[in-house]
Amino acid sequence: MKRFLSGNEAVAWGAWESGVHVAAAYPGTPSTEILETFAPMPDVYAEWSPNEKVALDVAVGAAYAGSRAMAVMKHVGLNVAADSFFYASMTGLEAGLVIVNADDPFMHSSQNEQDNRRYAKFARIPCLEPSDSQEAHDLVGVALDISEQFDTPVMLRLTTRISHSSSLVELQGVRPPARTEKPPYRIDTTKYVMVPGNARRRHPVIEERVTKLAQFAETFPYNRMELKDRALGIVSNGVAYQYAREVFPEASMLKLGMTYPVPAKMLREFASQVERLIVIEELDPFLEEEIRLLGIAVEGKSIFPICGELDQQVVRECAIKAGLLPPSARVPVVTPEKGPLPSRPPILCPGCPHRGTLYVAKKLGLVVNGDIGCYTLAFQPPLGALHTCGCMGASIGVAHGVAKAGIAQRNIAALGDSTFFHTGMPALLNVAYNRSNVTTIILDNRTTAMTGHQQHPGTGRTLQGRETVQVEFEALAHAMGIQRVHTVDAYDLKAVEAALKDCLEADEPALIVARRECALMPEARKQWMPLQVNAERCNGCGLCFRIGCPAVVKSGELDAKTGRPKARIDPLLCTGCEICAQVCTRRAILFRHQLIENKEQQQ
Amino acid sequence: MSERSTEQTPINFLLAGVGGQGTILASDILAAVGLSIGHDVKKSEVHGMAQRGGSVTSQVRWADKVYSPLIGLGEADFFLAFEKLEALRHIEMLRPGGTVLVNDYAIPPLSVSSGNDDYPDNARIERILSAVTTRYYWVPAIALAESLGNARVNNVVLLGALSHFLPHVPLAVWLESVRERVPQRFADLNERAFLAGREAMEKDR
Ligand code: SF4
Ligand code: SF4
Ligand code: SF4
Repeated sequence: MKRFLSGNEAVAWGAWESGVHVAAAYPGTPSTEILETFAPMPDVYAEWSPNEKVALDVAVGAAYAGSRAMAVMKHVGLNVAADSFFYASMTGLEAGLVIVNADDPFMHSSQNEQDNRRYAKFARIPCLEPSDSQEAHDLVGVALDISEQFDTPVMLRLTTRISHSSSLVELQGVRPPARTEKPPYRIDTTKYVMVPGNARRRHPVIEERVTKLAQFAETFPYNRMELKDRALGIVSNGVAYQYAREVFPEASMLKLGMTYPVPAKMLREFASQVERLIVIEELDPFLEEEIRLLGIAVEGKSIFPICGELDQQVVRECAIKAGLLPPSARVPVVTPEKGPLPSRPPILCPGCPHRGTLYVAKKLGLVVNGDIGCYTLAFQPPLGALHTCGCMGASIGVAHGVAKAGIAQRNIAALGDSTFFHTGMPALLNVAYNRSNVTTIILDNRTTAMTGHQQHPGTGRTLQGRETVQVEFEALAHAMGIQRVHTVDAYDLKAVEAALKDCLEADEPALIVARRECALMPEARKQWMPLQVNAERCNGCGLCFRIGCPAVVKSGELDAKTGRPKARIDPLLCTGCEICAQVCTRRAILFRHQLIENKEQQQ
Repeated sequence: MSERSTEQTPINFLLAGVGGQGTILASDILAAVGLSIGHDVKKSEVHGMAQRGGSVTSQVRWADKVYSPLIGLGEADFFLAFEKLEALRHIEMLRPGGTVLVNDYAIPPLSVSSGNDDYPDNARIERILSAVTTRYYWVPAIALAESLGNARVNNVVLLGALSHFLPHVPLAVWLESVRERVPQRFADLNERAFLAGREAMEKDR
């Protein structure tokens, strides 16, 4: 059966068809849809774990227990899970374990651009790389087989362009029959207890495994030589292979489906058959270095860029510059003189509950140590209310460090509900235990919004839709030893301000839960009601423009006195959150109840 | 069509708009149409950080065999712009002489609504587009969609307009792909939206 699937959907299908029973992940672009596709499939267990390390430990546990397992994360997620990644390499497993890792070249939605093939090599874990959805599907099963054959976790490395592009996939549509009886847990302490004595015995085993894998790579069918014109030989992998094929239809290619370890013999043979050998790969010169280590002369990053994504245009231009293609190969491009165009960066949605909270922080002149989530967008003008953002969970720890260093003013920490569970919790415990006067705001929108509204321990639902415990931040903070805790409606600017002032006056750890569900949630959508500006009262003072809501726009009408354009509210965008109405000192923006009263009077 | 046979060269579609406008659905339909008429198809979309309000692009390629999921600079044969400013932002993606359909609809970005930037007027937009191609067409997609009772179907109106330029694709294939991908209770509305867009282009020529 043929289906048109994204790489992520194809991975989910591949996992299901190859009998993966347990899968765990933390949502992260571009990897999120893998678990969302997998979770509703029959006879599987899938979960959102609070962070990637937990997810990997869960998958390892399932594989120790003899079930095929999958852990999924974006590239930076593997930084969080790195500790587990390394021990899992040491212990090996009882059943197949595939770790799906999605790198994000060009950082479409990430804070850095790391190439995680280096992690695979670092931890001596084989790395497979698909170049389209079909291979994304097929390589999951292949990875699990390799995992079992060589007693190792296997990394399946995707990139954004593989995850989020779609092509045809031939599916089996069937799954091997499930285990009928539950086997006993196999105890093997020398293998699974990594105390120094055991670990010392394991390390040579791991090195030997890499040697065997390298031999296996020589005949691995996804490492494929396509011999055509011998003047140019291209080694490539992943989506870069597709760009290379498009630009050099006649060149000889060695396409590597396994990029760690590399097949030395195959590479030597390929090199000997072509006149000029180049590598086309995204991000790091990973294959280039591996080939050079074999003593083979090769070019790569001297021709193609190390930063960002490739595409056929980049590959073609670079190839022309390096004399690999004639200038006539250039595709004609017309770049008209456009003059300055207004940019359209991502922004907080109209009606976003974070807008109100962070507006108040800005109004009070506070420095905010922020975190990864929708609210990160509040760093931009006109809101300009967020001042640091490093990685998931960094906000509270950074604010604590600032407080301990001692500065004139008070910084606050702000992070989302899901991020709090991810890595904010231990950081808050640190604030409580080591007593800094950090005020932490949990921007609690009742979901993991930025990745597309996933559940977490605060929502009371699991990924597979079961009802579950709903953790209360307030009780948690109390248990950690934080006495000063406020819960406020994030749309209520006065309440947010009062809570913040109370916390800042006190010299102790404090927590504010600024709660209001994300404006895009189905329940919130039902409440949408566009507000209106009373043009007679508005004098174009511009206060309401400073909150950075895209629904507040300048109208064509100028105020007679000030000469400034009056405000208008776009009814297609406005949700009626009333943040602008609270900001307007002239009461020119009608509140919801006023609009309803007006309507009733008209009838 | 005979000179640009898809055996050698893919047909490349670029779709660009603002988050929340339905560009992704439109590209899904376009991919389905390509598959229905027997092409190999690849589709690629860029997810930004925001849910609503940021720039969004999506790309679809049809050919006997498609390698890259991306369209290179100057390689788009058809460009569907769901918003006027976004048409300008991506116009160099179009093959010189390619076809661009522009939704006659503006969503001013924050920098415009807060008064720091100016939104380009239609004359300036036409000037810039015409440097790349004479085949640019305005589609009153919002007005047509509103006349059918729902501004949201403007994305399908645009697809209907596009279909006019692909005479080798049977109308039935388009309509079936549209109906399969929209919520069932809106299937008739979307079909009317598609036909309205298609007709608008026929009148225009
Ligand atoms: S998705 Fe929700 S939380 Fe994120 S910016 Fe939009 S309204 Fe705010
Ligand atoms: S804050 Fe009030 S008075 Fe000032 S521009 Fe906005 S609506 Fe008009
Ligand atoms: S009420 Fe005001 S702040 Fe809220 S969405 Fe509408 S225009 Fe934006």
